[in-house]
Amino acid sequence: MGQNTNRPLSPHLQIYRWSPQMAISIFHRATGFVLATAGMLTLLWWLSAIGGGAESYATFQQYVVSAGDEATGLQTAANWFFRLVALAVTFSFFQHLFSGLRHLVLDMGAGYELKTNRTWALAAFIAAFFATALVALLVASRVLGVS
Amino acid sequence: MGSGTNIGKVRGLGSAKHGGGHWLQQRTSAVGNLLLTTWLVISLLLMPNFDQGTLAQWLAQPTVAVPMILMLVSIFWHARLGLQVLIEDYVHDDALKFAAMTVLNFYVVGSAVFGIFTVAKLAFTGAAV
Repeated sequence: MGQNTNRPLSPHLQIYRWSPQMAISIFHRATGFVLATAGMLTLLWWLSAIGGGAESYATFQQYVVSAGDEATGLQTAANWFFRLVALAVTFSFFQHLFSGLRHLVLDMGAGYELKTNRTWALAAFIAAFFATALVALLVASRVLGVS
Repeated sequence: MGSGTNIGKVRGLGSAKHGGGHWLQQRTSAVGNLLLTTWLVISLLLMPNFDQGTLAQWLAQPTVAVPMILMLVSIFWHARLGLQVLIEDYVHDDALKFAAMTVLNFYVVGSAVFGIFTVAKLAFTGAAV
């Protein structure tokens, strides 16, 4: 846009050592993207499957929850694909939630001290990991019947 | 107003006066998302089973349909604002940016209306079991 493209650039991402504080920033954006695409489309699929009746909901369950014992290889593969999507969406939900809570605190002007900032960034990752694991275990035991 | 450098073109014009609104709406919808998705997660945890009939009857209740529709409005508006920032940051070509924003608007409005209609239909016509 009329600018000299040969100007020196500031160092880009790969120059820096990763820290929780910087990782949580890009994860907030990436998980937001996952939620806005895969997350919202899955939610709409779920709602319209409920509205569509028993057969429609059975199709949703076959893909996202369990393909069943008599499924073909392709159906099982599709099921595992959507299970992974659901896992990614679940992690994205909790990561974006905890990271978002951190942002609301930062917006009030609190939590910028180096150690505090690092601690809460790390805490958000850990909380998201355990919340995702908890949901995965709950679904496995209560819905899929894995004991 | 100068016509030479980029800074010369914008100096003295002041801000566009829209930035604050975007920022605040993103926070407001974030709080809405926080409350309404917490409601959804708790509702799902308390669900006796996940049969279609149970879910349809649950969703058809006014006390469920209303927060669900509010949640759809809140999350789709929040997503609209968030993806807008993504496009502004990563799509530099003006024509492509305009096209991406148009697609984004169609996507969020279309999806939200589809979701709201689905819930409203269940609530108004009763759950088809």
